[in-house]
Amino acid sequence: GIPWPPAEMAWQEVSLFAVHQVAERVEALGQFVMKTRRTLKGHGNKVLCMDWCKDKRRIVSSSQDGKVIVWDSFTTNKEHAVTMPCTWVMACAYAPSGCAIACGGLDNKCSVYPLTFDKNENMAAKKKSVAMHTNYLSACSFTNSDMQILTASGDGTCALWDVESGQLLQSFHGHGADVLCLDLAPSETGNTFVSGGCDKKAMVWDMRSGQCIQSFETHDSDINSVRYYPSGDAFASGSDDATCRLYDLRADREVAIYSKESIIFGASSVDFSLSGRLLFAGYNDYTINVWDVLKGSRVSILFGHENRVSTLRVSPDGTAFCSGSWDHTLRIWA
Amino acid sequence: HDLWRWLYSFLCMMGCVRSCEVIIEDIITRMQDDKTGGVPIRTVKSFLSKIPSVVTGADIVQWLMKNLSIEDQGEAIHLGSLIAAQGYVFPISDHVLTLKDDGTFYRFQAPYFWPSNCWEPENTDYAIYLCKRTMQNKARLELADYEAENLARLQRAFARKWEFIFMQAEAQVKIDRKKDKTERKILDSQERAFWDVHRPVPGCVNTTEMDIRKCRRMKNPQKVKKVSVSFWICFIFFNITFLNLQIDRHCLKMSKVAESLIAYTEQYVEYDPFITPAEPSNPWISDDAALWDIEMSKEPSQQRVKRWGFSMDEVLKDPVGRDQFLRFLESEFSSENLRFWLAVQDLKKQPLQDVTTRVEEIWQEFLAPGAQSAINLDSHSYEKTSQNVKDPGRYTYEDAQEHIYKLMKSDSYARFLRSNAYQDLLLAKKKVSVGKDMLASICTS
Repeated sequence: GIPWPPAEMAWQEVSLFAVHQVAERVEALGQFVMKTRRTLKGHGNKVLCMDWCKDKRRIVSSSQDGKVIVWDSFTTNKEHAVTMPCTWVMACAYAPSGCAIACGGLDNKCSVYPLTFDKNENMAAKKKSVAMHTNYLSACSFTNSDMQILTASGDGTCALWDVESGQLLQSFHGHGADVLCLDLAPSETGNTFVSGGCDKKAMVWDMRSGQCIQSFETHDSDINSVRYYPSGDAFASGSDDATCRLYDLRADREVAIYSKESIIFGASSVDFSLSGRLLFAGYNDYTINVWDVLKGSRVSILFGHENRVSTLRVSPDGTAFCSGSWDHTLRIWA
Repeated sequence: HDLWRWLYSFLCMMGCVRSCEVIIEDIITRMQDDKTGGVPIRTVKSFLSKIPSVVTGADIVQWLMKNLSIEDQGEAIHLGSLIAAQGYVFPISDHVLTLKDDGTFYRFQAPYFWPSNCWEPENTDYAIYLCKRTMQNKARLELADYEAENLARLQRAFARKWEFIFMQAEAQVKIDRKKDKTERKILDSQERAFWDVHRPVPGCVNTTEMDIRKCRRMKNPQKVKKVSVSFWICFIFFNITFLNLQIDRHCLKMSKVAESLIAYTEQYVEYDPFITPAEPSNPWISDDAALWDIEMSKEPSQQRVKRWGFSMDEVLKDPVGRDQFLRFLESEFSSENLRFWLAVQDLKKQPLQDVTTRVEEIWQEFLAPGAQSAINLDSHSYEKTSQNVKDPGRYTYEDAQEHIYKLMKSDSYARFLRSNAYQDLLLAKKKVSVGKDMLASICTS
């Protein structure tokens, strides 16, 4: 017969009652005044990706015209610039040491550039090709060392690479379509990461074995961004279905949805504030919405960009977040 | 609820639904439906002529606020402007597609021209259109400056084809003349709005620009497939089975999960600069990097030391904390566990070519019989590790490291937090920043 759930089961546990109900007792947040504190102008086309340096002020950004720029965003000075041989550089990352950057896009590769302060040296000369995929590179991230890079690609796979040799250490198969984003678990001992794709799935992987540990499929469209909650026990996602969602790894399910009737354009990138109480999300309607993670309500809406927000990251010490947009600029908000 | 969600996902999978555009089209359709409280669409008298089928910007803004539960007018104007920029509604007297909250007149775009039809008009089409416009002797249809420039450019580019383009334009003008006057007014404006989307005014956002990652699928929208009843029944049964499997899995109760997330944020809220202002100041707001200078110094703040007490990961994450922890253990001659843990972390960061050497070095120092800094592993872990070492890799010591981590957490870490070294650091700053009375109450509590 039909395998129906047993009657004695507490139905409450299965229903979609979210974190918000329990969080009713939590104090509400006050009013927020978040403003653009810096505007970084210099890209000649859509900004597609950015990443922070561990020093809390430098950033690397990449754009559609192939340019990759390293900025001291505190002073807004450009410190390095390199032009990639391809357009649509959709992924870039800063190495933990602060001495190198990685980037890639339509060239299907991920390349590492050491950062040199020698004015006479051409940055492009020391370029090292590390990852090779069979379709565009959508995301890349160094693990906690300059020696390994994790990549996600339009070919539907993720992969872990040894930077020195360019050797493939592990590949991750399971997504049914392009993988658009990834994020490494924040644990000191963890060996896991989460990825999101055009198959509407978010998948958690064991880096050691290459196996998919958990999988979540509740979005109605592409997942453009995934980011771990700072404790590492949960992660948030942003999707073309105009919602952001919170998934808890221990409950093995979606535990919150962040959406509004008036938000109809896709969320392109998400990140948490340091305590995990706030979720910043950039959207294709040029705005940034700030969500109260526990209560599920929107705390603030930030206008300023003149085209889609394509990338958003909170700084390593949580003092600010940076957004990049198709309007060619990056903004630092605090 | 989960089941309906999966049915919807399935429909998405079959290509029946395409998110954002579908939602806007639904909004636009509802807006025009007078039976269900849509905006009033009127014909307005103007001098000697009539302006057919228009709505005001203010009416659109009001409708959006009411029907999409938008509290802020600015937000409604922003959303309305985006819907206009996409070409679903347009100002009748302006090429720039934006929404104004006043008496400005707007018209709805014909579904024929909607973006969801995946239009990719060619420059030849645009050339024919501009050419046609020059043939119509009406003031309202005069080319704007940028359009005249575009036309000149196209004339140069298509010099050889121009006779053909001209003929096409003429043919279209002939057909247009046969149409009803009012109908022509509306169609002309809709066609113009179409080109305002696909060939926007310089300086305006081109909303037809697409994310290259999504392009491929846009070009091949999946057709709706007819599915048999038996397939649906199988699909539903499969999902019920899947749901049950999820229930059976050993998962943490929702209430516990929520409590855990809340507890974490409450513990860290004082460290979150967006909620608790950073001291002495947030560099981005004050333009003073003092906060970062303080953090770089070897003297940790009381707040920073307090954080090491939250979890062992916090101590290990902070280089100053790690150093303090190590020094404490060295003073007790029990630092081998931490040093082993750090060595294994370091091993995982090595380039591939150096891995074998490091594995051997770690074995010699921590695990080999008679090792200088022998760590204490249970026999099972030791056995396993000895086997692993024969085929050295980055994860050779993974099990051993996990075992040592747990040991440190319950033993070394707990001792560190109780130690004078840690307590002095934790209280030392308190002496400075707190008055004597407060100190007395803290010490006795």
